[in-house]
Amino acid sequence: MKIIIINYGAGNIQSIKFAIERLGYTAVLSDNVEEIQTADKVIFPGVGEASSAMKKLKESGLDTLIPQLKQPVLGICLGMQLMCNSTEEGNTEGLGIFNVDVVKFNTSVKVPQIGWNQIRDFKSEIFNNIKVDSYIYLVHSFYAPICEYTASVTDYGINYSSALQKNNFYGTQFHPEKSSDVGEQILENFLKL
Amino acid sequence: MLTKRIVPCLDIKNGRTVKGVNFVDLRDAGDPVELAAIYAKTGADELVFLDISATEERRKTLANLVRNVAEKVNIPFTVGGGISSVEDVDVLLQNGADKVSVNSSAVKRPELINELSAKFGSQCITVAIDAKQINGQWIVHLVGGKVPTELNLFDWAKEVESRGAGEILFTSMDNDGTKDGFANKALARLSTELNIPIIASGGAGNMQHFVDTFKEGKSDAALAASVFHFKEIGIPELKEKLKQEGIAVRI
Repeated sequence: MKIIIINYGAGNIQSIKFAIERLGYTAVLSDNVEEIQTADKVIFPGVGEASSAMKKLKESGLDTLIPQLKQPVLGICLGMQLMCNSTEEGNTEGLGIFNVDVVKFNTSVKVPQIGWNQIRDFKSEIFNNIKVDSYIYLVHSFYAPICEYTASVTDYGINYSSALQKNNFYGTQFHPEKSSDVGEQILENFLKL
Repeated sequence: MLTKRIVPCLDIKNGRTVKGVNFVDLRDAGDPVELAAIYAKTGADELVFLDISATEERRKTLANLVRNVAEKVNIPFTVGGGISSVEDVDVLLQNGADKVSVNSSAVKRPELINELSAKFGSQCITVAIDAKQINGQWIVHLVGGKVPTELNLFDWAKEVESRGAGEILFTSMDNDGTKDGFANKALARLSTELNIPIIASGGAGNMQHFVDTFKEGKSDAALAASVFHFKEIGIPELKEKLKQEGIAVRI
């Protein structure tokens, strides 16, 4: 199986590569449009700031490629947010895969949310064998509201989408590669799709 | 529900784990990668690596260590110590660090916080603040607590928040190494006046101290070193105790 992690200079991608290796698979990093199209599974990571990440995607033509991909694609954290219509962070237009606008947490809670929270209301096969209210690790200031693509729900002051899914596109706001055994199971579920 | 975090801190010198009492009298507590993996398995929520080495090779040694930890460990970790530029942070994140912490370099040049949060996002920028009380005022200190600044803890904390810090790691020099508990009054004030997470550091001696810093200190996370490294407190027992006290923890 060919697993490609999209490498567009957005932060911590070694961790996701190492997590895939711990599961017994190998992954390659690429920013090449032709090569990414040949993958069986595509991981779209993202740590960083939305507008600069989007700019990098545009520079390499990845902004047009990603929405056209037919194989399973997993966006993680900022990767998931960029798959949405837009995000309030830097007033950035997204890839428009998930028809939802990413907004900032209000100040009734501490922002960013940093730490381990719980997931429930699963609507995706990436949560097979995952117990309701399992703990996952999140670090984020912006969130996708509940919408028709919500694949898991987390509560931080309000209920929001901690995962999204539409056809072959999957997104997790949490970091499966940093979410201990639960995260590795979710990542493995995706790789086994 | 978002849980309170238990964060073992590994002080690193030349690739090895050390922990001082009041920042002097260093003792060796093992191999950082092995220790990190054990902590991840036994329920630590996050790890902090604080590099205190001062050699020419320190950058390269630290980058290698970060890579080795990222390879083996499936929980998040923060790296700090001697970070003073966008390039420093880039190397650490590229090698697998989840967050970085800056301390003295931010005091010397506060714009660094703006630059880092603009480039990498607030969520991966922790500002570490060491402070102690002088004539009843909490004063920020540099160089592991040796050099006082003109800065008041609360003013500086608010400034770093406004400049884009995602989190504050507050070490009370008065409490560090005493094992008499965390500086909960100052922590509670930070947590009330700021709207970013606060990590309590300095003073952990027993399990009740963690209960107190989450309840009275309103801390979001609690960091400790020697009580964990020398197995005086086990993380599974600690979390059980916190849960019994009604504090949300990941078990």
